[in-house]
Amino acid sequence: MMQALQDSLVATAQGLPVTLAIWIAAVVLGMAGGFVVGALRFFAPWVLALPLAVAVEAVRGTPFLVQCFLLYFGGPFIGIDLAPLTAGLLALSVYGAAYFSEVFRAGFMAVPPGQLEVARMLGLSRIQAVLRIMLPVMALGVLPSLANLCVILIKETAVLSIITVPELTFRVQGVGTATFAFAETMLVLALVYWALAELTAWGARAAERRIERALAA
Amino acid sequence: MMAATWATLWISALGIAIGFSLGVPIAVASLRGRRWAAVYISFFRGVPMLVQLLLAYYALPFIGIDLPAIVAAVGTVGLCCAAYMGEILRGGFALVPKGGVEAARLLGLSPRQILLRIQLPIAVQAMRPAIINEAILIVKASSLISVVGILELTRSAQALASSTFEPLPSYALCGAIYLVINVSLSLLAQERVKGRPA
Repeated sequence: MMQALQDSLVATAQGLPVTLAIWIAAVVLGMAGGFVVGALRFFAPWVLALPLAVAVEAVRGTPFLVQCFLLYFGGPFIGIDLAPLTAGLLALSVYGAAYFSEVFRAGFMAVPPGQLEVARMLGLSRIQAVLRIMLPVMALGVLPSLANLCVILIKETAVLSIITVPELTFRVQGVGTATFAFAETMLVLALVYWALAELTAWGARAAERRIERALAA
Repeated sequence: MMAATWATLWISALGIAIGFSLGVPIAVASLRGRRWAAVYISFFRGVPMLVQLLLAYYALPFIGIDLPAIVAAVGTVGLCCAAYMGEILRGGFALVPKGGVEAARLLGLSPRQILLRIQLPIAVQAMRPAIINEAILIVKASSLISVVGILELTRSAQALASSTFEPLPSYALCGAIYLVINVSLSLLAQERVKGRPA
């Protein structure tokens, strides 16, 4: 039992950096992609917005696991042959981008049109009005949803273990299989994720308070 | 694949039913500031569903609880759903007008009756979009129980992919079926909201 606990802590030390790296990369890529998609769906003509809407619904309406299988096992048949880590990162970024785009789109819609009109009347260009009035107003509104999505994405990284990405769940599960000490290893795994989620939520609340204060000043 | 789709549907339905039934007491406890409710919600929302499933499937037998895989899987989905439902209903209960509850008390309804006949219907009505959204999440999350070997939609797609050596159409079809289920669910939510007089 002590051996299994020790092994699962070693596995945690090996897997956690991979989990964190995939998570941060997917949050950055997903947020950037989601912002572009959300902005296009709000500002672009329907010939561009409609296909994007269909794509976002398709990603949001299917399980992440099935998307991983489709990319990792189906991809090679159409010339997309990716290593597990790359496939996992790509899948998670696309998945995240679909959800982030909805948050940003809702954020754009929530800005009162009157504020933009006032900015235009005061002589700001359309671009200036969007950058200096719309985005700051929107930023505060979308913050809690963005933080929430970050926690969701860290939990989705566990699914990547199924397509053999060597992240936290994959490593610790490996210890369980090798030592048959499933109870201890799974408990360690659950506790690590729990701590991670609580930490993220706490960090998000702190960031929110800081940004609120900065914007109020 | 047809049979597997039904399996996914009833597993999700059962999970949502368990989640809703347990969500009510959790929401009430959470509103009263009970510590266990906060810990319960934090745990089931903080740990990935996959890890919860592995914990139930592998770890429970070690402490003497040997459940059939399907019971462990549906139970986990239900318990996890309960945490989210608890949070949703807590928000819904907060929207119930105080006057309504006081009027019900004056009319002689017991606290239990007030909860089930006054507060719960109002909360569910107010939170319908969030509840349907949670149902969609559960349909998607049910794909994870393929990992503990239960034959549902995702598992059947895996079997089809490995027997035909055609993973692309197998998983695409599987995804399309999930999409149909979830789009129907979300249309249901919009239809009802629109149909209700403002």
